[in-house]
Amino acid sequence: MLDADFFRRWMTATAAAVDREAERLTALDSPIGDADHGSNLQRGFNAVTAAVEKESPQTPGAVLMLAGRQLISTVGGASGPLYGTLLRRTGKALGEAGEVSEDQFAQALRAGVDAVMALGGAAPGDKTMIDALVPAVDALGDGFTAARAAAEEGALATTPLQARKGRASYLGERSIGHQDPGATSSALLIAGLVEANGE
Amino acid sequence: MSDEKVGAEKAGDDKSERLVGIVLVSHSAQVAASVAELALGLAGGGTAVPVAAAGGTEAGGLGTSAELIAAAAAAVDRGAGVAVLTDLGSAVLTVKALLAEGDELPDNTRLVDAPFVEGTVAAVVTAATGADLAAVEAAAAEAYTYRKV
Repeated sequence: MLDADFFRRWMTATAAAVDREAERLTALDSPIGDADHGSNLQRGFNAVTAAVEKESPQTPGAVLMLAGRQLISTVGGASGPLYGTLLRRTGKALGEAGEVSEDQFAQALRAGVDAVMALGGAAPGDKTMIDALVPAVDALGDGFTAARAAAEEGALATTPLQARKGRASYLGERSIGHQDPGATSSALLIAGLVEANGE
Repeated sequence: MSDEKVGAEKAGDDKSERLVGIVLVSHSAQVAASVAELALGLAGGGTAVPVAAAGGTEAGGLGTSAELIAAAAAAVDRGAGVAVLTDLGSAVLTVKALLAEGDELPDNTRLVDAPFVEGTVAAVVTAATGADLAAVEAAAAEAYTYRKV
């Protein structure tokens, strides 16, 4: 079972990974975006860890609702409402239970990913965070390590795609050959699950 | 924090209290403020339509601030609804995310699907007539049909 502590560790691990990889995320965002993905997410996840520490939410759902709220208010780019919606919708789906099973979490995360697709209008293959998140959710039944591998594979597979959503879509064919920054940061988020689980 | 611009506010006039409010969300503070100024100017100096700009990030950079949007919407809410016009990308997504939250924006706040400059002019001019939110929204959306060549 996964308790609030697990979800707090997930957020801390993700924040540390974003800190570690911020330069790389921004570098990926330079040729096809506006070169702010790393710094935007860094600001967002720093706010998440600060808020989670200060308010100490007591249920898995409450941790993710609070984290999502912080991302919506502090990121300043499109990844704020997108990641914010992902975590808040996942948190809402987990309800008020003090502990949730891995299956319940997988279902809730799928609801979160669906909400991101509805918000941004992206589908798999559009060269977005969805290309890492959908395979991750599909693999979650086989455990966190499998989900991490699927997310990383999904992120790598965005390189030959042409962007159809967001600023990169204005570049048309010139977006081909670059790994999507959003799919890359989504893979970091999913990798945080493995770390939070102490695997 | 929000930069509210109101034409000659008619104190004590009940009707002016019920005008639809307009919020302008742009990645740039200057763009949002200038479009507000332009629309109010074209609507005639005497309009009492409450218009608030929510441009850029709180730190003054390019981007979108959920806090500035929420403050702007609260500032222009006169009880007749609030029409939000945006430029692109995170501006659109942030407003949609706030609307999905349910309690972040005043009741009867709508994201209006319209071109930013032309739609804002249409929205402010229409709101100045005392039109309701649906009429303001329709006028703004109709700006998409205005062809230039």
